[in-house]
Amino acid sequence: MNAPSQTFVSDVIIPAQAPPRNSVGINGWMRKNLFSTPLNSIMTVILVVFIVWAVTPFIRFTLIDATWSGADRQVCLQSSGACWAYVKAYLPQFIYGRYPIGERWRVDLVFWILVIGMVPMLIPRAPFKRLNAIFLLGIFPVAAFILLTGGHYQFAGRLIPNSIMPPSPLRFAIEFGIVSAVILFFVGLFAWLSGRPIAGSGNVVGTILAGIAAVLALCSIDFGLVPVETANWGGLLVTLVVAITGMIASLPLGILLALGRRSEMPVVRLASTIFIEVWRGVPLITVLFMASVMLPLFLPDGVTFDKLLRALIGVALFNAAYMAETIRGGLQAIPRGQYEGAKALGLGYWQMMRMIILPQSLRIVIPGIVGSFISLFKDTTLVIIIGLYDFLGQIQASANDAKWASPVTGLTGYIFAAMVFWAFCFSMSRYAAFTERRLDRGRR
Amino acid sequence: MATLLNNPTYRGYAFQIVFVLVLGWLVWDIIDNTARNLQKANIAAGYGFLDRTAGFGIVQKLVDYAESSSYGRALLIGLLNTLLVSGLGIILATVLGFIVGVARLSSNWLVSRVAAAYVEILRNIPLLLQLFFWYFMVLRAVPGMREKWTLFGVFHLNIGGLHVPKLVLGETAWVIGAAILIAIAIMIFVAKWGAARQSATGYRPPVGWINLAVLIGLPVAAFFVAGQPLHFDVPVFNETGPLLMRGFQADSGMTVIPEFVGLLLSLSLYTAAYIAEVVRSGIQAVSRGQTEAAASLGLRPRQTLRLVVVPQAMRVIIPPLTNQYLNLTKNSSLAVAVAYPDLVAVGGTVLNQTGQAVEVVSIWMLFYLGLSFLTSAVMGYFNKRAALVER
Repeated sequence: MNAPSQTFVSDVIIPAQAPPRNSVGINGWMRKNLFSTPLNSIMTVILVVFIVWAVTPFIRFTLIDATWSGADRQVCLQSSGACWAYVKAYLPQFIYGRYPIGERWRVDLVFWILVIGMVPMLIPRAPFKRLNAIFLLGIFPVAAFILLTGGHYQFAGRLIPNSIMPPSPLRFAIEFGIVSAVILFFVGLFAWLSGRPIAGSGNVVGTILAGIAAVLALCSIDFGLVPVETANWGGLLVTLVVAITGMIASLPLGILLALGRRSEMPVVRLASTIFIEVWRGVPLITVLFMASVMLPLFLPDGVTFDKLLRALIGVALFNAAYMAETIRGGLQAIPRGQYEGAKALGLGYWQMMRMIILPQSLRIVIPGIVGSFISLFKDTTLVIIIGLYDFLGQIQASANDAKWASPVTGLTGYIFAAMVFWAFCFSMSRYAAFTERRLDRGRR
Repeated sequence: MATLLNNPTYRGYAFQIVFVLVLGWLVWDIIDNTARNLQKANIAAGYGFLDRTAGFGIVQKLVDYAESSSYGRALLIGLLNTLLVSGLGIILATVLGFIVGVARLSSNWLVSRVAAAYVEILRNIPLLLQLFFWYFMVLRAVPGMREKWTLFGVFHLNIGGLHVPKLVLGETAWVIGAAILIAIAIMIFVAKWGAARQSATGYRPPVGWINLAVLIGLPVAAFFVAGQPLHFDVPVFNETGPLLMRGFQADSGMTVIPEFVGLLLSLSLYTAAYIAEVVRSGIQAVSRGQTEAAASLGLRPRQTLRLVVVPQAMRVIIPPLTNQYLNLTKNSSLAVAVAYPDLVAVGGTVLNQTGQAVEVVSIWMLFYLGLSFLTSAVMGYFNKRAALVER
């Protein structure tokens, strides 16, 4: 006797059930990410307590108990919160230092020119990158220099003895002409001896010399701007000037040093390596000390640099060494075939570098360059130590001002400084991460 | 002539000769100018000034120093102070950095977020600002000389600094030191024996437990055998008595100056953020397949970590880690901003008093360069040992 078939086939489709309540939604998320194991649960609880303990006083201080407006220290004396009224009163000083009030539009103008030049440079898809770079690295520094200092620089010249011709811009112009002529003569001689078209080499060198002449001429023209001593600069202005000048000046120097370190000529390689390693091996403070006390010793009689310029030279040389190492990383990342291909096409060393290698490697190292700009930006605070008043220095100095001195003034100033620096550095590091992702995608 | 000039080899020679000439001219010009400027300022070049009397006091000294000591001695004090703050900073930053770096990879969302916040906040605020914050805001806001805050019952903080118990060594304390050395020797021997035993029999003796027992047992035994030659000198705090006598007794306990505390705190917290990133990327660099393969070989999670992940991560971590150590040492020169007497701060004082700029700067550079070359030499050796041997 056969048992009836036990096979059962359902003729209705069982509706899908909702997932267990504790694996979805906020509940499920918390079970998975906060309370997955006993140890995790304990850590979560401890951290929550810690965050409440640490963040509550901070919010109370900066927002709830804070004083937002007032004329002087009286409003902040009794308060247990941040004294934002003080920051409001000092904000112009934090930004411009002691730059004359009537001339501050010049600083603003430079800032907006920079923004207009920077924004399309940072957007990868914006067109005219080459023109943009020329504007930022060539035109902007000259414009900024003239606007900030007032231009009208008096060149005097120093090669022709005073007995023949007294110091004057004309003497400088004549000297410049003579030196240019000598350089051009040697370039021409070299081209002629090696059997190349003389015009070709002459054009390049001639253009460079003409460019320098034009820049010097622009700097000496009187635009009717009131001269402003760098001793009066301060605040964010000095921070940005040091950081950006250090960056722009160290870029070409860094490229040369990176190429020098990878050069096949032993003398050049050795010199570049020593230069790079020495600067990278010492702290920036000693470099700044050196720039402020030793640089004047190195200069001949009658040549003096002001304090800001000395700091700028120190920062630029220091940063160039770091920049060189970043760029060298990019040069090493270019496959050998690129070098060989360029040589096979008959390109010379500089043609190969300019047209094939550098465009590729510089693109790779953009995140690295932004990274080193962030550290440079943070390091500019060290100029306080040689007596320049950058953003932090200006805040530090103002906190002791009798008009606003109160128990909370100092802390308010530091919190404000920290927020500003953080905003700058964090957004730059996000940008670096963004370009890095973009490059990764391109290479995949 | 034309072929000669177009020959890359000869062009290279010619360029290098011109390069050397220009460089030599520049260096000679600088030396010449310096010599002339020094002569004008009436400063005798050379290191003779190191023997002259310094005449200034230094608040923290690891070896004997008085105002009548020489400039050379003062610089030595500064150098030792730099080494002290960097050494301790490196230890603290490493411990904290590893904790934060591992926490960033935690499966606990809150833990990894807090670790990320720590890194992003500390990394993006200038070190000098952090130093100012700790020194001027925290360590200047503590109670005055006649009061104190107490942490854990043994550390006391007031405006005079951090007051901690001092470890006093008795006459027979060397026995304990010897015991520690012997314990280390035994531990090395046990580890070797354990490894040999494991490869011979397949079973691993409990090396860890034996070593732990040796490490703790021997020194403790020595402590009692030698007649307990160690004790702590606790800082004495007078709460009553004449007003001027209140506060910490001068010769009791050990006082750590606030400059040191502030510098150490800011350096280690700042560098820890960078070390955390180094550690995180090092661990992430070990591919997932390694962990999975270890699991399928039957290794437990702890064994996987110890035998598979950490050794491979270390290879990636150590070079940038040493770089961070160097950075911390270089950053310790920020001491000059809060007047902690490190090499740069003391050197700055010497420089101001004597005007021997070239000599003082050369001493600074020599020290820091020596340190970086030493580190890179050690690194090179390590890299050679740890480098992946491809078969």
